[in-house]
Amino acid sequence: MKHLRAVNRKARRIDDIVMSRREDVVALQDPAAAPKVHIPTGCSLSFFPGWEVDSSGGTAGLCQPVERDLYDCYVTCFWPAQVPDHVNSYPDWAKKCAVATKDWRNLDIVFP
Amino acid sequence: MTAAVGARVYRLGEFHSFEGGGRKFLYLVPAGAIFEQDESVGALMGQLSGGEVPHDELVGRLVAGGMGSEAAEELIEEMFEARVIVTGDSRPAPLENPPADFPLQSLVMNLTNQCNLSCQYCYEFGEDKVATPDGKPKFMDFETAKASVDFLLQSSNGREAVGITFFGGETLMNYPLLKQVVTYATEQAAARGQRVDFSLTTNATLLTPTIIEFLSENRIGVTVSMDGPAELHDKLRVFANGKGSYDIIAPKVKALIASHRTRATTARVTLTAGVTDVVKIFRHLKQDLGFHEVGFAPVTTSPDRLYSINDKGMDGVLEQFHILADEWLDYALRGQMHGFSNVSDTISELYQGVNKSHPCGAGLGLVGVGPSGDIAPCHRFVDSDVHALGHISTGIDKTKQNDFLSRGHINTKYDCHTCWARPLCAGGCHHEAFVRYGDTGHPNLHYCDWIRDWTDTCLRIYGTVNALNPGFLEQFAERKAL
Repeated sequence: MKHLRAVNRKARRIDDIVMSRREDVVALQDPAAAPKVHIPTGCSLSFFPGWEVDSSGGTAGLCQPVERDLYDCYVTCFWPAQVPDHVNSYPDWAKKCAVATKDWRNLDIVFP
Repeated sequence: MTAAVGARVYRLGEFHSFEGGGRKFLYLVPAGAIFEQDESVGALMGQLSGGEVPHDELVGRLVAGGMGSEAAEELIEEMFEARVIVTGDSRPAPLENPPADFPLQSLVMNLTNQCNLSCQYCYEFGEDKVATPDGKPKFMDFETAKASVDFLLQSSNGREAVGITFFGGETLMNYPLLKQVVTYATEQAAARGQRVDFSLTTNATLLTPTIIEFLSENRIGVTVSMDGPAELHDKLRVFANGKGSYDIIAPKVKALIASHRTRATTARVTLTAGVTDVVKIFRHLKQDLGFHEVGFAPVTTSPDRLYSINDKGMDGVLEQFHILADEWLDYALRGQMHGFSNVSDTISELYQGVNKSHPCGAGLGLVGVGPSGDIAPCHRFVDSDVHALGHISTGIDKTKQNDFLSRGHINTKYDCHTCWARPLCAGGCHHEAFVRYGDTGHPNLHYCDWIRDWTDTCLRIYGTVNALNPGFLEQFAERKAL
């Protein structure tokens, strides 16, 4: 702790408890996981254009517009409402995106 | 900040502030924890000293005092989490009961209830005695002793080490049994992968070179009941003919200390009216005779006995305790042990941060067994029919044990609930309570001020040593209070 210094065993136990509660909140943190271990619970084990970089390659406009962050929903997760429909209307939407980290700029917004 | 935090109304939690080595500390009472605090904690406490303050107002006051608002929020949150400050409706959770299968750690074996001295203040034979020895054996036999050893080992739940303390009467009046028990217990424990630590309390009158050699060889720690130089010791520690025992025991004690090199030898002093010159007694026992440690306790007695120490006498005792406590601190800052057990024992409890549900382990991790095989909560209740918890042949009567332990639990001692010294005291000795108030579960209200003063003294010593020579405290990690 910052303002109290534990000087006996019981105090050290209290210090441990207080500090274990005081972990920074991390995006996608799993609260059930052991303290100090950050296990992401989302799908972010791969690169997500739109989520990690915006349309200009920076981070100022992440997920803007919403359609830009949904490549992962198209590739891995089933979240059909927000992804271009690659079964019927836009089967070739990701055709020019062989490797997302390199080719993500070829993913475009669709205008139904 | 969430709405819930903003709605909090704070007040000070339960702690005792003290200083040591130029630093400020707090003793967090519901836990027994000791923290050094920084200046901002003092500022926060100052704001709450007048009573309850809502969160936003508290932040505002701290900011007005020059603290940044984020820092103020952080400080408040930290103190709230550590429970230095609490909200108006919070109450410390009552202490839990020890588990029902609490393992036995120590057994005090009263080898005999006979004694060759007639000390007037003796709790076993004196006017306040609780023992009812009529019709019971005066000396324990080997079968009872063996059953006691077996009981201890079986009830110890595989503890690596258990303790057997030989007691009396005068313990050495049954020395042949003591030897047998040491051999038997050592073998039995080894067969179970356990170890036995032995200790012995004696009046030293019967010590011989052979006995001393046996005690040293078997690492049996010895405590000698002794009240100081001859003129003090002989006031009450006398033979049946009234003759003092000092001249008999002094050479034997010197021989014991000189020859017994495997364990520390301790003197245990009983203070009575007229035997209150603590410093003089300590100097004699520590420096003239060479005891490693000397511990003092006022006699347990009804207040109207002639040898009872009155309030004025106790003030004098405490004054002299402070002189020795100051010496203890000087020694500690030089990295040396002083030998005044009353400080060392308290420091070891403060090091751990104990928070006791019961004043001691009596009836829980410790029991006494009398010559008859009756199990008592501790040696002081041995041979008392009223307090027996069972018999060594049948074990502990759980109903009686529960009654004894629930009486003695701090949760039932309402007078103690507002006392900051309760984590260490827990209401004080069950036996003292019975003698004074007729109930083992009654708080020992006659020495509350004394306990608080002494606890504060030891906290200040702890703080000072922590500030100036912290490594010294590490040796108390494994020390067990006597």
